[in-house]
Amino acid sequence: MSLIDIVSSLLLLSGAVFFLVGTIALLRFPDVYTRLHALTTIDNTGLGLIITGLALQAESPALAAKLLLIWLLVLLASASVAHLIAKTAQQRGIKPWTS
Amino acid sequence: MEIVYLAVALILLLALVSGIWRILHGSTAADRILAGQLFATVSIACLLLLAQAFKLPSLRDVALVLALLAAVSAITFVRRLWRNEE
Repeated sequence: MSLIDIVSSLLLLSGAVFFLVGTIALLRFPDVYTRLHALTTIDNTGLGLIITGLALQAESPALAAKLLLIWLLVLLASASVAHLIAKTAQQRGIKPWTS
Repeated sequence: MEIVYLAVALILLLALVSGIWRILHGSTAADRILAGQLFATVSIACLLLLAQAFKLPSLRDVALVLALLAAVSAITFVRRLWRNEE
């Protein structure tokens, strides 16, 4: 294994840890607002780490750019969906969880 | 290197399977759609890993389409269904 393989494996594994922790958070958190936080963490950091790990292994710069494009698309989508769901939940009168 | 890709994909599948619990027990419809978003993200990551592991570049296009459709489905749900439910 070369150095780049080791770095990429570490990135992939830490991404997987983020996915696991985020899923546990999605299962354990009490209301929709806190669950939004869990989900956006998965989308941003977990997928970001995995895509960085894969982009290090990419054969060509174009391939790395494509992976980055997928990540940017997911970032944009998760941010807008999170805002939309949080705003609508507030309009429907769902109270944020306290204590 | 392939073994690392496959191991990470397996861990992600574990996350996906445990996400089903939230779909079954979600207290509001939004919680269920959040679990759906989780499924989309996990499957995007899985497809990218499998594309690299099995040298199948077309799987990356599938991941791209999935990224587009996941956003569209969640936005449609909120705008059309959840907002005008009552």
